[in-house]
Amino acid sequence: MAAAEDKKMFLVIESGNVAQPFRWSAGTYGSKFLTEIRDNKKFWGIKCPKCGKVYVPIRSVCGPCYAEMTELVPVSDEGNLITFSVVSFGFVDPSTGKQKPVPYGYAVIKLDGADSYLIHYIDETDPEKLKAGMRVRAVFEEDGKRTGSMMDIKHFELI
Amino acid sequence: MARAAAVVGTGQTRYANRRDDVNIPELAREAASRAIEDAGIDPRDIEAVVIGSGPEVFEGVNRPDLWVGSALGQAGRPVTRIQTGGTSGAGATIAAFYHVASGLHDVVLAVSYEKLSDGIPSYSFSTLSDPFWDRGFSSGAAPLVGLQSCQYLARHAPKVREDHGAMVAVKNRKNAMRNPYAQLQMEITVDDVMNSSPVASPIKALDCCPLSDGAAALVIAEERRAKKMASRPAWFAGLGACSESPYAPNIDMAYPESCVRAAQLAYQMAWIYDPVRELDVAEIFEAFSFQELIWTEALGLCNPGEGGRMVESGVTAMEGEFPINPSGGVLSANPIGASGMIRQIEAAMQVMGKAGAHQLPGVRKSLAHSWGGVVQFSTVTIFAGEL
Repeated sequence: MAAAEDKKMFLVIESGNVAQPFRWSAGTYGSKFLTEIRDNKKFWGIKCPKCGKVYVPIRSVCGPCYAEMTELVPVSDEGNLITFSVVSFGFVDPSTGKQKPVPYGYAVIKLDGADSYLIHYIDETDPEKLKAGMRVRAVFEEDGKRTGSMMDIKHFELI
Repeated sequence: MARAAAVVGTGQTRYANRRDDVNIPELAREAASRAIEDAGIDPRDIEAVVIGSGPEVFEGVNRPDLWVGSALGQAGRPVTRIQTGGTSGAGATIAAFYHVASGLHDVVLAVSYEKLSDGIPSYSFSTLSDPFWDRGFSSGAAPLVGLQSCQYLARHAPKVREDHGAMVAVKNRKNAMRNPYAQLQMEITVDDVMNSSPVASPIKALDCCPLSDGAAALVIAEERRAKKMASRPAWFAGLGACSESPYAPNIDMAYPESCVRAAQLAYQMAWIYDPVRELDVAEIFEAFSFQELIWTEALGLCNPGEGGRMVESGVTAMEGEFPINPSGGVLSANPIGASGMIRQIEAAMQVMGKAGAHQLPGVRKSLAHSWGGVVQFSTVTIFAGEL
């Protein structure tokens, strides 16, 4: 069968512009983590009672120890670049409906005082200028513009 | 003690970037019918059905198990659906193996599919991550694997280079030319890959798998039935599945523990001490070229940092001492929820002597690998021609 014929023969239905709203609970510790960033531009971690490792962002259970965590500890807004990728294809952020401009830096960061990794943007789009181990610092959204989400951190910058 | 079980029949659809001529149940049935025919059995011999497919949001549907199973012979039989991202298809096979090895059923059908053209993957992928911590920073698997590949290259430079990834892309697309089901069959050069457009550094367009519509299926039977159904069944000799906590401190994407552990479990079960000498071929889930190097190391087929040498020296080529992905691998077709099962089917076909134009001579034992999630799920399956 010719390709042109195929197209005429097989029907497809389209969903149109569907929108479905959701609401997600951040939980006790997640709320604390995000409100501290919003109100005080401060990062907090949570410490495992068994292995002593500090998680940032906050999670309530240490996976490897299967232990519940309750002890909050302050961590720095500076840290090390673990790995990165300069991303050249855009996407629509499902939380805002906005298209992400490209290229942009995508990074795994370990804050000083933390043991786990944080995912965020890095303000550099030349992969040649980035290297694992580089020092980075959080750049916060201006006062009055922070809403209690990870986007209250605009990005990380090289120190 | 588990009963012996084997793959006795396999079925695949041709993988394409768009199959408008079939809907999801029809696509899945195409593979299931071929597997049943290949096993030479009556559909009524199937005692249970296991379905594997990726996240529902890929196709914009919900609970496909409600309406896919009827096309696969679920009526009057138990049905299970497995969903663990990239490992869904391999997970469905493993679940079907449990059905038989446990003694509960003698003949079980496992089917997997994905119809990525029904949705827009960059939209659906962006909803897969945690809504608080990870969402909004990227979409698709390429940025994630970009992080993984960057970490891997940084660790092993200058021993492993960016063009080693390109060599994998060249090798697997060329292998695919002998595979009638492959979607991308291309003769390309290392320069073509290196000069292709940037996607998520260090990944470039030709380092990426395509988006695919496709389905795969296999029939598993217990020993007595298996020996009647197939002249040379592919016996399950070893299985390993492992997941790790993706948020755990010091998670290592360049040498993922879940893959290392899954391989160890499978080798232990199959009494394999020296995998690269005792196995004859491997089918590895390399959605992006650098992953073939990373998984080759994590599976213990070479030492850490030796992945580049394996491809550069031709060891992993079709004619090499240890061929990897003679089918063309995931770089040549990626119907995500089915891709893990396709690796198992290709590995089983090598043992059964039914791989056609990409059949390798004298395969006694083969390995199939898959990964899923944010590199947190791994499966390893080992097939043997002799019990």
